[in-house]
Amino acid sequence: MAHDHHDHQHGHGHDHDHGQDPPSDMALRVKALESLMIEKGLVDPAALDAIVDHFEHKVGPRNGARVVARAWTDPAYKARLLEDATAAIAELGFTGRQGEHMVVVENTPAVHNLVVCTLCSCYPWPVLGLPPVWYKSAPYRSRAVIDPRGVIAEFGTVLPEEVAVRVWDSTAEVRYLVLPERPAGTGDLDEAALAALVTRDGMIGTRRL
Amino acid sequence: MNGVHDMGGMENLGRVSPEPDEPVFHHAWEGRVHAMTVASPTRGNIDAGRHQRELIPGPEYLAMSYYEKWFRSLGELLVRHGAVTAEELASGRADPAAPKATPRLRAEDAAAAMTRPLSYIREAAPPRFAVGDRVRARNLNPPGHTRLPRYVRGHLGEIVARRGAHVFPDSHAHGKGEDPRPLYAVRFSARELWGEAADPRDSVSLDLWEPYLEPA
Repeated sequence: MAHDHHDHQHGHGHDHDHGQDPPSDMALRVKALESLMIEKGLVDPAALDAIVDHFEHKVGPRNGARVVARAWTDPAYKARLLEDATAAIAELGFTGRQGEHMVVVENTPAVHNLVVCTLCSCYPWPVLGLPPVWYKSAPYRSRAVIDPRGVIAEFGTVLPEEVAVRVWDSTAEVRYLVLPERPAGTGDLDEAALAALVTRDGMIGTRRL
Repeated sequence: MNGVHDMGGMENLGRVSPEPDEPVFHHAWEGRVHAMTVASPTRGNIDAGRHQRELIPGPEYLAMSYYEKWFRSLGELLVRHGAVTAEELASGRADPAAPKATPRLRAEDAAAAMTRPLSYIREAAPPRFAVGDRVRARNLNPPGHTRLPRYVRGHLGEIVARRGAHVFPDSHAHGKGEDPRPLYAVRFSARELWGEAADPRDSVSLDLWEPYLEPA
């Protein structure tokens, strides 16, 4: 039984753990639990393939970058985004798990926003994909609320003293996206070129663009 | 529960270490754990899943990678929900006499399910507080799941937004129903939380349910 599922995974090229090295202990233990869940009828292995594909290829910071670039070029869209971010983001087709209740917070010359989840790893999947390891790690979760300027400085941005830092701790099902300031000198760029300037860290708030 | 997961405000836990060009999953098994968790019949209660990870003893929690925590919690959650037995989890073999379930997510529907708009907003009693109200985060130390971090308990803040009534994790995580309560964005000044050395311009905002708050 279990062997069939291994074959199934090989057929879909999932086993880059393998290569020349023996599978790790975790790889074997996860495979055993997957086999058990399949045998019990709890999960469909092809559904797992589709979910992995969704998170590896369908969501990610390029989605959020499109939202930001649209807001930079379309004042009516930006107004809708700041009023009801869930609906405005859905206009671009980005909906679903961990994006059910979106709030967009706008950076200005006087305000810089930073997003964290001190209790776990809450993150807006439809627009940013899954969070990077550092976002989920103890150093970031602990320090972002007590020393946001220090954390942002480690990412390479020293915020001017007169800028107020607003940290948003994602303690409920509300998910936050930072709308960065449009960089100077980009007046002649179209929406696609602007989207290429928008980074994941810019939309978390650990960097300024 | 005052566990190590409640990390806000701690220091000396290491440097924030961004990895250039980080992959979505570092190992294929991480993707499988993520997908198994999302597709699991236990995923209908996201709060119970969070609490299960919080129940990992502190020293182990701090030593484990993110998806090691997810993996361990998934097994424990399946046992807790009665979806597998402890014997099946230990042996990796299904009891041949046990009935076979039907997967909650089918392959043809899985991708659509990931993008389906859901909502945690429910009908509930009208909110007690208005935008601009001064509130104090209550000094609550419940033994179970809560989303009220220690670093704001007892501190004064201001309501900056009303979010509607949301499923209340302190009840939902423990199988006591959705128990929806009004949710608010509450802003605390950095000085209120961290003292006079903090920058007077800075603030931290959290989404807090009404039972966490009292008028100030």
